[in-house]
Amino acid sequence: MTVTVDAAPYTVEEVCERFDPVMGLEVHVELNTATKMFCGCANAFGAEPNTNICPVCLGLPGSLPRLNGTAVESAIRIGLALNCQVRERSGFARKNYFYPDMPKNFQISQYEDPIVFDGYLDVPLDDGDTWRVEIERAHMEEDTGKSLHIGGATGRIHGADHSLLDYNRAGVPLIEIVTKPIVGAGVRAPEVARAYVTALRDVLRGLGVSDVRMDQGSMRCDANVSLKPKGTEAFGTRTETKNVNSLRSVERAVRYEMGRHAGVLLSGGTVTQETRHFDEQSGTTSAGRPKETFADYRFFPEPDLPPLEPPRDWVETLRAGLPERPWERRARIQTEWGLSDEELRDLVNADALDLVADTVDAGAPPESARSWWVSYLAQQANTAGVTLPELAITPAQVARVVALVSEGTLTNKLARQVVDGVLAGEGEPDEVVAGRGLAVVSDESALTAAVDEALAAQPDIAEKIRAGKTKAAGAIVGAVMKATRGQADAARVQELVLERCQ
Amino acid sequence: MSDITRDDVAHLARLARLAVSDAELDVFSGQIDAIVDTVSRVGEIPDDVPPTAQVVPQTNVLRPDAVEPSLPRDVALAEAPAAEEGRFRVPRILGEEL
Amino acid sequence: MNASELISLDAAELARRIHAREVSSVDVTRAHLERIEAVDGPAESGVHAFLHLDAEGALAAAEAADRAIAEGAPASPLAGVPIALKDNLTTTDMPTTAASRILEGWRPPYDATVVSRLRAAGLVPLGKTNLDEFAMGSSTENSAFGPSRNPWDLTRIPGGSGGGSSSAVAAGESPLALGSDTGGSIRQPGAVTGTVGVKPTYGTVSRYGLIAFSSSLDQIGPCARSVLDAALLHEVIGGADPRDQTSVSAPLPPVVEAAQAGARGDLAGVRVGVVTEFSGEGYQPGVLGAFTDAVRVLGELGAEVVEVSCPSFGYALPAYYLIAPSEASSNLARFDAMRYGLRVGDDGEHAADEVMSLTREAGFGAEVKRRIMIGTHALSAGSYDALYGKAQKARTLIVRDFTAAFETCDVLISPTTPTTAFPIGERADDPLAMYLADLCTIPSNLAGNAALSVPCGLSADDGLPVGLQIMAPALADDRAYRVAAAYEVARGDTGPRIPELRALETTR
Repeated sequence: MTVTVDAAPYTVEEVCERFDPVMGLEVHVELNTATKMFCGCANAFGAEPNTNICPVCLGLPGSLPRLNGTAVESAIRIGLALNCQVRERSGFARKNYFYPDMPKNFQISQYEDPIVFDGYLDVPLDDGDTWRVEIERAHMEEDTGKSLHIGGATGRIHGADHSLLDYNRAGVPLIEIVTKPIVGAGVRAPEVARAYVTALRDVLRGLGVSDVRMDQGSMRCDANVSLKPKGTEAFGTRTETKNVNSLRSVERAVRYEMGRHAGVLLSGGTVTQETRHFDEQSGTTSAGRPKETFADYRFFPEPDLPPLEPPRDWVETLRAGLPERPWERRARIQTEWGLSDEELRDLVNADALDLVADTVDAGAPPESARSWWVSYLAQQANTAGVTLPELAITPAQVARVVALVSEGTLTNKLARQVVDGVLAGEGEPDEVVAGRGLAVVSDESALTAAVDEALAAQPDIAEKIRAGKTKAAGAIVGAVMKATRGQADAARVQELVLERCQ
Repeated sequence: MSDITRDDVAHLARLARLAVSDAELDVFSGQIDAIVDTVSRVGEIPDDVPPTAQVVPQTNVLRPDAVEPSLPRDVALAEAPAAEEGRFRVPRILGEEL
Repeated sequence: MNASELISLDAAELARRIHAREVSSVDVTRAHLERIEAVDGPAESGVHAFLHLDAEGALAAAEAADRAIAEGAPASPLAGVPIALKDNLTTTDMPTTAASRILEGWRPPYDATVVSRLRAAGLVPLGKTNLDEFAMGSSTENSAFGPSRNPWDLTRIPGGSGGGSSSAVAAGESPLALGSDTGGSIRQPGAVTGTVGVKPTYGTVSRYGLIAFSSSLDQIGPCARSVLDAALLHEVIGGADPRDQTSVSAPLPPVVEAAQAGARGDLAGVRVGVVTEFSGEGYQPGVLGAFTDAVRVLGELGAEVVEVSCPSFGYALPAYYLIAPSEASSNLARFDAMRYGLRVGDDGEHAADEVMSLTREAGFGAEVKRRIMIGTHALSAGSYDALYGKAQKARTLIVRDFTAAFETCDVLISPTTPTTAFPIGERADDPLAMYLADLCTIPSNLAGNAALSVPCGLSADDGLPVGLQIMAPALADDRAYRVAAAYEVARGDTGPRIPELRALETTR
């Protein structure tokens, strides 16, 4: 009996009173290599349609794939960062199925021998706990082209009368990372799913191998969910939910499917093994078009590419060059900079951690670097309506400004003007200082002359100061500051005024 | 014989996207059955013999990740049965893969 | 020098005369174009070696070659010599069809690597030659554009799949041609047309731009009327290519040097193994007679001839007819009416998937459909282990047999094909009978080693050419050339290199 359930009728807590959820997460990541997986066409997002295509990625008769060495390197680095083994001998296979967005009607992928396998990722959860997600494998494959459906009311596939194909994305390098079944998470399953994808995204970003933009499709997640009655061993029938395009959606999709499965099972139905689509608006999933026949991809070894046998020393060099894991780095930085949990969280939330760290690496003290990014620069970003990383100033430039202040060339007020100049495209900080004439007047004779001039201009005040009314010095200091267009160090001016009136 | 039926051949034709006629099915099913029967002789080979998929005597052949010129778009589209707005125009696509 | 003399000369001799400016490349090219004009058509009764001729392009290339030679800078030893190209090699200036309706009129936007190398070497491409559709066949009868005919008897097949290239060379329409050999498609046509055909070691000639039939078996190679000519062409097209990652980085064996050394006629110390499995039932007596005579000649040249058994070769034919269709079913999936080639049924009603099926049904011939379905079956989840998987194991056994045989022998020999050219139509409806034509040639494709066919006289029973197959280890192509060149000289001139076109004369 098949029961159709539209809304998930059970909360996760209710589901877990009767069932244990089992999840499997498949994440596809587009690598940010310069070129495609098997040809020298540019791997670029957003180009004019069909401008990055050649005989190879268009699957023209006679063309042959040429494996991108950097893509292989990225795949190995991803595997090592996920604590995987690197297979001594791996290779490619053809996955055969017909679809118009796939120029050869087969996808070059890896089947029995993925380049890396058997790893894990320790995933930080919201409450500070860690959940170990076991990794089954990660393998290399090529992306498909994109279709535009014309003539349907919604511009979607259903109801369209023809389609237009752009093969720019065809052949873009993909890494598919597949977890082993995630069991035992119980009510935390949706959170674990989100936390895993978040941690994976952070790891990949740290490796610099992908843009990991879920909104642009450079990171895509399929969530497999099934339920088994508490105390039983055999897994239930699973569904595979696609179109999960944000971290939040990962959690929502898993939560929804858990509830939906429970609804079907508790009303005496059976879950249908199928592909489902997540709808961002409603937070629900719906069944895809049923497959006319059971998929038989007729995998066989790709005859056009020789096997891969990554040399040990290469793998070890790559391992040695791995960056710290993002959360380990955060913990280290927190200690080194003496940040509170809240201060660290603010930095991370503002996307400022890397910027501050780079500013510190460029020579600025952590406190100054942090202060610049979270206050003045954050305000400027906010005003301009951009994110901090998008601001037109580099960590090195901020570090230079900090240095100019600490060596006394700039006051804090002047420093802000220099930053404004950099943001306005006036060049490097030193160029702005020169161009705007912003340096502190530190030439003692010039300053002394200015003080003498001010005292001479206001003899009555000079007289009061000489009479010991030092508070009157403020007016002279103000005049000097005005005369130097604010570029004098006010404290030094105050000292000079008092000296000259002795 | 190899027990390949007319229905099996019809299924293979669907998988391979060949709209074969009934008359062709009659001819093909007999021929394919006979051919598969003949080539099934390889079944005698012991399972413990390792497979050979290709005879290339080298491994780790990699291309440097350097951009090369793509085809001009008009050249890429020149042989298309139909093109529109710089894209390949194809009949409406039904649903997902397979 | 008259035209009939020019068309009968070997490429090496033509090149010598062109480079000595005794004759121009333009004159040589024109002589061949005239020969083609005289004997190639009509499609229904002529040799029909060519699917496309480019007289204008050929004469322009010939003029360029003549200019370079006049300036004292010929591009290569074969500069100025005409050549025919099998129509499964991509060319920017000529259509490329693989003899299939599904690609009729297709203009590739790129040249195959071998074509680029020919152009750079100053050779003169005349046109594109006929083949069995997508190189699947042994007779050219599977060409969508009608069969080619054997110049020795125009009622008979010129072999296949490269029957267009072999018949062009045999008929004096071109001194040289390129072919592709997946199961014997260069060597078997060479044997039945009395020409030389070479399948180089797998990976030593780039496959970039060769429309794939079975990628792990396909190999481009030369067709010629002499062993030296084949070697000269081999050196033009061979060598590593970054566009083909299965191309071998090792240096090309010195095949020209070997052909020249062999022609001096001494095979002392060379151990020649006669493969005992390739004789007996199914072998035409006249073929075995010519082969036995060749064995005697090799002995007289000083070679030590021994018998050698390769028991697993019996699995070669079944393994081949699983592996090749399997890879083909995948390679030919791209012909789907979406991006290039034929489109059938795009009437606004049929969906993309239906248009694919209608186009493939209309665009592929019967043999191609059969092989696609067999391959689809062999790779299916339920059959993979018993069929494709076992065929891969058979391949291992065949490699082992070769390895063992080459421990005791320098080269192996056999007839190239069990029979001489059969009449057009005789096996057209019997695929299994047709497949037997490749019995002796297939093992070298499965193992990837070098093999060639050299003319071995005429069969006593029908007066048609017989081929001697010489097989050498991978990357030892030079050994096969040396033995072939020695044999070629020793066999002597057993008749005209270019046959009278007998049936043609009578049918006209």
